[in-house]
Amino acid sequence: MKDILKINESVKPKFPKHVRFRHNKARDEWVILAPERLVKLDPVAVEILKLVDGKVSVGEISTDLSKKFNAPKEVIMKDVIEMLQELSDKGFIEE
Amino acid sequence: MKSDELKSGPKQLKTASEHGIQAPLALLAELSHRCPLQCPYCSNPVQLEKKTGELTTDEWKSVIDQAVDMGMHQIHLSGGEPTVRHDLEDIVEHCTVKGLYSNLITSGVLLNPDRLKKLEKLGLEHVQLSFQDTDNENADRIGGYKGGHAKKLEVAKWVREVELPLTCNCVVHRQNIDNLENFIQMALDLDAERVEIAQVQYYGWALKNRAAFIPTPEQLDHATEIVEKARIDLKGKLVIDYVIPDYYAKHPKNCMGGWGRRFLNMNPKGEVLPCHAAETIPHLKFDNVREKSLKWIWENSEAFNLYRGTDWMPDPCKSCDRKEIDWGGCRCQAMALTGDAKNTDPACSISPLHKEIFAMAAEEARHAPPEFIYRRYGVRFNSPI
Ligand code: SF4
Ligand code: SF4
Repeated sequence: MKDILKINESVKPKFPKHVRFRHNKARDEWVILAPERLVKLDPVAVEILKLVDGKVSVGEISTDLSKKFNAPKEVIMKDVIEMLQELSDKGFIEE
Repeated sequence: MKSDELKSGPKQLKTASEHGIQAPLALLAELSHRCPLQCPYCSNPVQLEKKTGELTTDEWKSVIDQAVDMGMHQIHLSGGEPTVRHDLEDIVEHCTVKGLYSNLITSGVLLNPDRLKKLEKLGLEHVQLSFQDTDNENADRIGGYKGGHAKKLEVAKWVREVELPLTCNCVVHRQNIDNLENFIQMALDLDAERVEIAQVQYYGWALKNRAAFIPTPEQLDHATEIVEKARIDLKGKLVIDYVIPDYYAKHPKNCMGGWGRRFLNMNPKGEVLPCHAAETIPHLKFDNVREKSLKWIWENSEAFNLYRGTDWMPDPCKSCDRKEIDWGGCRCQAMALTGDAKNTDPACSISPLHKEIFAMAAEEARHAPPEFIYRRYGVRFNSPI
């Protein structure tokens, strides 16, 4: 049985085996696919999830994005944690 | 005379794009109606397809290609029992190559470890295993298949051994709903990601057996309590999907996001249906992928366009502010219970027939359950996305 994951700066998030983060060519959109689930993503979420690979931490992801978008890391990290926590609660993200 | 008749003929139905409807999200592919089990609530049509009429491997591959080109995300490989087809592996492989998320909906009893390993290697992404109850005796009686339940428990282990994610599909009704906690525990013990608890829906076989299935309101309240508590306790550990029966809901469920709005269903011989039970509406004519492209069918098929949008609705739906929320409920249930598919689904408390039918159902729930009427073959569990 799995435990509940609490997302923080040092967590290295990844997608569980049965969850696919995919680009749909015909629709030109990124989605998360899971059993009987389909999550449409906003552009910010897509930017975050493109960095999720199980090797980099939430902190590193936030640093990356803060450079890319020219925004303070703390602000970005708050969004990153919030979004990943939400996805993790629904079973779309694990460590 | 002739030309007059033509002019006054059926008025042109609006197509999918004229309704502002985009490409479908997922395809429910009934690969075969053959099945070793015989659940009395199976929703497959009473006229089951014979093996000879089934689409070939290449025809399914072409359907998959078309589905991907249209932008569909997922395919549910279902039946009857999809594993009766020996080309299931080829079909799964083709989905993987094309990037279509594949989900196997199975009773499991025909699977073995090697086949599961192979399917996993070929890219199958998820398995949904149906359970009839939580103990051997009852489960086997309901499924009409001796040794079935024990086999399923084994299959679940094999599924997890090859690290495929697992959903337990549990169809609950009056004769097993008191085991709800056991169903949830079973899903945990089997290391499932998800458990789907659905009530029997009443059309086709299930309607013939309604008196045996309809739970009492007390049973239902209790079940809802259990689910709500488990959802809190097991948050992040087990996803629980729960559908309460229409009869006891205030408004009908939003059926598949609306008729012909999000999903396609294909039967084994290639006919394209707006929903898996659409064959219970006798006047619907279905187009076939052997004659037309999937895209053409989605856009133009009369069976889809007849009940798309809200123009077709009579009152009370027509003047109801929920009409674009639940789209008037289930057409198949309206057909089965009122004799006209256009009518407001009697599950809706606003339907003029609701009281009468509700009272009848509640009356049935108070009596001792009669024997099941068994069909010849076919387990089926349906609730795509
Ligand atoms: S009257 Fe029709 S639209 Fe209104 S809630 Fe009932 S089923 Fe839905
Ligand atoms: S119309 Fe909708 S609710 Fe009714 S049987 Fe079809 S899919 Fe199910």
